[in-house]
Amino acid sequence: MQTLEPPLFALRELGVRYGAVQALAGVDLRVLPGERVALVGANGSGKSTLLRVLHGLVRPSAGQMRRDGAPRVAMVFQRPFVLRASAVGNVALGLWLHGVRWKQARAQAAAALQRVGLQDVARQNARTLSGGQQQRLAFARAWALRPDVLLLDEPTASLDPHAKREVEALMADFAASHGSAGPAQPLTMVFSSHNLGQVKRLASRVVYLEHGRVLADLPVHDFFDGPLPEAARLFVKGEMT
Amino acid sequence: MSAILQSAATALNLVTSADAVLWTIVARSLSVSATACALACGAGVVLGAWLGVARFAGRDGVLTVLNTLLAVPSVVVGLGVYLLLSRTGPLGGLGWLFSFKAMVLAQALLVLPVVTALTRQVVEDAERVHGEQLRSLGAGTLLRALLIAWDERYALLTVLIAAFGRAVSEVGAVMIVGGNIDGFTRVMTTAIALETSKGDLPLALGLGLVLLAVVLLLNVLIAVLRRWRQRVDGAAIGGMAVAA
Repeated sequence: MQTLEPPLFALRELGVRYGAVQALAGVDLRVLPGERVALVGANGSGKSTLLRVLHGLVRPSAGQMRRDGAPRVAMVFQRPFVLRASAVGNVALGLWLHGVRWKQARAQAAAALQRVGLQDVARQNARTLSGGQQQRLAFARAWALRPDVLLLDEPTASLDPHAKREVEALMADFAASHGSAGPAQPLTMVFSSHNLGQVKRLASRVVYLEHGRVLADLPVHDFFDGPLPEAARLFVKGEMT
Repeated sequence: MSAILQSAATALNLVTSADAVLWTIVARSLSVSATACALACGAGVVLGAWLGVARFAGRDGVLTVLNTLLAVPSVVVGLGVYLLLSRTGPLGGLGWLFSFKAMVLAQALLVLPVVTALTRQVVEDAERVHGEQLRSLGAGTLLRALLIAWDERYALLTVLIAAFGRAVSEVGAVMIVGGNIDGFTRVMTTAIALETSKGDLPLALGLGLVLLAVVLLLNVLIAVLRRWRQRVDGAAIGGMAVAA
């Protein structure tokens, strides 16, 4: 993808090894501001590892990654971890860890919970919330940080259809929002998913991974309508049927 | 057999008649162990939580030493504290030997490895599952350790109760550093040892009954806590299952 805009993330020949397992190998990837990149591929293809590398949770064992400036990055995991505390306390914690005073953090957390429709359970123990509610709480926690980049690791994979719809609506809402610098800077979203319908609806670009390697990196319409490498074509066919 | 039954009956009578000597010893014993546990837990939970999260060169060696300290006999701890507090020892100037403070120090040192090692295990297990998400929120090593310890507070309560059980039932350390002085440093376990050697079985048996009751109460507390946690966590897991 050619552009004059500097990429937020530029990965070059990047590799990650967990002991004997090569999770990522020779990955070249550029993520531009405002892009909505979907990572697709079978289990174990390296999607989650790639998201963790972008976040800085996993250190590459080969190659290099450059970041443009210091974008604020937030991540939502497939199974969100919530502390044995109120929902508002859980959201406020993320803010507090980023240096916001506790009282102010709670006020901002309440606003974030309202945005995801959890204002009625703000004082409830987060561990007693349903899976869908916990995932919305995780979105509130991420949104409260006003990130420039939102990373989502299969955020709807463990949810029932109803909760899936709710969370996907949140993803669309977030994708239309902006980063910490205001409306001029659209939010960048990178998410992994097995749900190709969701990818079609939300992504502007699709990266297909297999055995830790990028086999296809295409705009979303080209990915679904254009020619694909055989492995990617079979994957799409298998997931769509 | 009748001597045992007679002793048991007298012991029960001592317990139920609120015998001043017996209950003074019980109160002292509980206060020594509770103070020691409070001190050991304050340090042990923080240290154990940090060890559960931090990765550094030599960590495996530290954990091996810590696990070894779990099995240190209480008399050895007592001996160590005695040497520290004796007139010629490095802390001799404090004048703590054969006092309440000496017994607290000995028991605190005795249960510190227990609290630290068990906390380390609880926190490390939880960190393996949730640590990455806390890191993604920006929590550094110590904050992550403390947050996980706080989140696992119900599991750690069980650790604290277990530590108290270890402290209140030990005899060697308090015997050495307390001296078993009547009305001053005599606690349940040292009194049981003394009264048995003197042949005053009813008082020894009475104290034994109280000690058993304390340990029983601790176990009941652990069971209640566990059931409560299962109920709370079960609700949360149920919530996830509905959604999954």
